Amino acid sequence: MLLALFSDIHANRQAFSACLETARARGAERFIFLGDFVGYGGDPEWTVETAIRLIADGAVAVRGNHDQAIGTPSETMNAEAQAAIEWTRDRLSAGQRRFLAELPFALEEEDRLYVHSEASQPARWRYVQGAPDAARSMIATKAHVTFCGHIHKPTLYSMSATAKMTSFVPVMGVPINLLRGRQWLAVLGSVGQPRDRNPAAAFALYDTATREITFCRVPYDVEAAAQRIRDVGLPLWLAERLFQGR
Amino acid sequence: MLATAIQPGLVIDGFTIGECVHSGGMATLWNVTHPDIAAPLLMKIPRVSEGEDPAAIVSFEMEQMILPRLKGVHVPAFFGAGDFARQAYVVIDVIPGRTLYRRLPDLPLPYEEARVLGVKIASALAELHRQNVIHHDVKPSSIMFRDSGEAVLIDYGLSFHNQLPDLLQEEFRVPYGTAPYMAPERLVGVRDDPRSDLFALGVLLYFFTTGVRPFGETETLSGMRRRLWRDPHPPRKLRPDYPLWLQEMVLRCLEIEPMHRYPTASQLAFDLAHPDQVKLTARAERIRRDSWLTVWRRRLNASQLRLERKVDVAAQLAASPIVAVAIDTVEGTDQLNDALRLTAARILSTLPSARLACINVLKLGRITIDRTLDEQGHNKHVDRLVALKHWATPLRLDESRLTVHVLEAIDPAAAILDFARANHVDHIIIGAHGGSFVRSLLGNVSAKVASEAPCTVTVVRPRAVAEGAAAEEGNRQAGAAAN
Repeated sequence: MLLALFSDIHANRQAFSACLETARARGAERFIFLGDFVGYGGDPEWTVETAIRLIADGAVAVRGNHDQAIGTPSETMNAEAQAAIEWTRDRLSAGQRRFLAELPFALEEEDRLYVHSEASQPARWRYVQGAPDAARSMIATKAHVTFCGHIHKPTLYSMSATAKMTSFVPVMGVPINLLRGRQWLAVLGSVGQPRDRNPAAAFALYDTATREITFCRVPYDVEAAAQRIRDVGLPLWLAERLFQGR
Repeated sequence: MLATAIQPGLVIDGFTIGECVHSGGMATLWNVTHPDIAAPLLMKIPRVSEGEDPAAIVSFEMEQMILPRLKGVHVPAFFGAGDFARQAYVVIDVIPGRTLYRRLPDLPLPYEEARVLGVKIASALAELHRQNVIHHDVKPSSIMFRDSGEAVLIDYGLSFHNQLPDLLQEEFRVPYGTAPYMAPERLVGVRDDPRSDLFALGVLLYFFTTGVRPFGETETLSGMRRRLWRDPHPPRKLRPDYPLWLQEMVLRCLEIEPMHRYPTASQLAFDLAHPDQVKLTARAERIRRDSWLTVWRRRLNASQLRLERKVDVAAQLAASPIVAVAIDTVEGTDQLNDALRLTAARILSTLPSARLACINVLKLGRITIDRTLDEQGHNKHVDRLVALKHWATPLRLDESRLTVHVLEAIDPAAAILDFARANHVDHIIIGAHGGSFVRSLLGNVSAKVASEAPCTVTVVRPRAVAEGAAAEEGNRQAGAAAN
């Protein structure tokens, strides 16, 4: 089965739509959402509504720290993120807020683990910033491959049977066979707020039969997404950074 | 694991095990058959039992990742793989014959034979590098030859793929590979420079033409590190009759700094294929190694090799193309030839590692017996070479970046296409044919080249010529109307 994995959509309707369309065109049969549906972007209602509909059709989702902050305000967020959360909270219906609050921290499916931040302590929202963080996550799970997001920069880590690590910045569109002899941690780029200096929306495809992961980038209407952020009165930097991919 | 239980008659994923044809330190090789595959097949099974070198596992994983991606005549064809969950193996086609290792008792080889081997191996490396793979274990036992003559590179256990995770990244504290062939930059942890393979091929050519390994057979890390500052004895010191062109090429491959080697395997293959056109530098005639002062300076600066980061395999190849420009010295107008030169200059100016091959086709008649001398007794071939050099003079290219070639052929388009294929040409520049009656009878050379070339083709048409043709067309119509 071909899975399409989305992380950190952040209420960016234009990016989310573009990725959905591309994933469907490439034959995706099931959607996996790795959290952070909201925050930063200007279209939280549409984004959450679309996710709820896709989940009713068989998609699965886990909770991100921004999703959690809607119901449980976080003290560690910066001012801009905090402002977006406050604004988002008022836009969402009670049902939508409940949907976000009830998302699980992690989900296991066959030999795969889905989690927003990393596997060792999903509720602590730690970033995977390098091989040691990745190793901590992989040691904490038996899953052959863990899919996560949170840091908005795509990286693929592996750990051999003798605990040797590799890290790799994936090349767009090149399938990589996740060999069975080692564990893998696929950190996905962000759909709605890329931070790897490439403004194109990021998602990944994973073929469960061949164990091949393909990191994808999709150009989308950044101008429209940025304009929406400005129109609703969110901090201007949240619009500006979309153009820069940072 | 199961590796020890492998025996003839066992069936793994439809492959029936036959005879064991090789039992090495890292893997065993078995003949296998499959009901759906006609080609003779070979199954490679890594040794992964308890206590074995973990390198065997990682090397096998790397090979398992890379082999299915490779294409073409210079690599083994891939037919299947199994992983460690059940039985690890890869299945490839049987390449008949033996590896180049079997030639070791015959060394040193005649220069010409070594040159031809060099062309074949460099061509195979060029093809591999174009597929984003650095072999990292080029040595006689990794090289075989197909019946059709092409070199095949085998064993990808130490290879690096520019678009895949490098599983050997942190695996070994010391560089892993075959000591005599290992490039200096490998010793400081660089794994992403395709010019490391050119160094290894330089070692092989040196060894095959002198019978001596340029850096000895040392296996110790300190012994290997000497090549970071100590250059080998020039081959001419060992064999006074060593051809200058060959020493030029071999020593260029063995340069300590990758940037002083050939920029690409294609360019090395090109020089090996045209030894008479190699630009000789001070390297060619040396009979002594560098002075102690030079060596000492290098030793102090040895750590700097590490600083030249990071190489992108594909980007480096793209920056060092072989450009071929087809010049018609006889019928081509000055205007067209000027336009071709301008186009070539534009392309070369952005790519300092690019090289230019100027080609001209000396057309032979289909029936007539051709003479190499014209009515005045001039040698046509030499005249054309002179004309090509004259055409190229205003480009002011360093001689090492320029070659001239006169191809004798009945079909000019086919000759240009053959040249491009044989010499790994990345870009052909050719003039558009005029609209004349004679040209249309001859057939449209540029159109055929553009449609059949294995690479990018730029068809150059000077604007004024196009307007002239339109005007001519207008005149013809006017004439028809008058009639």
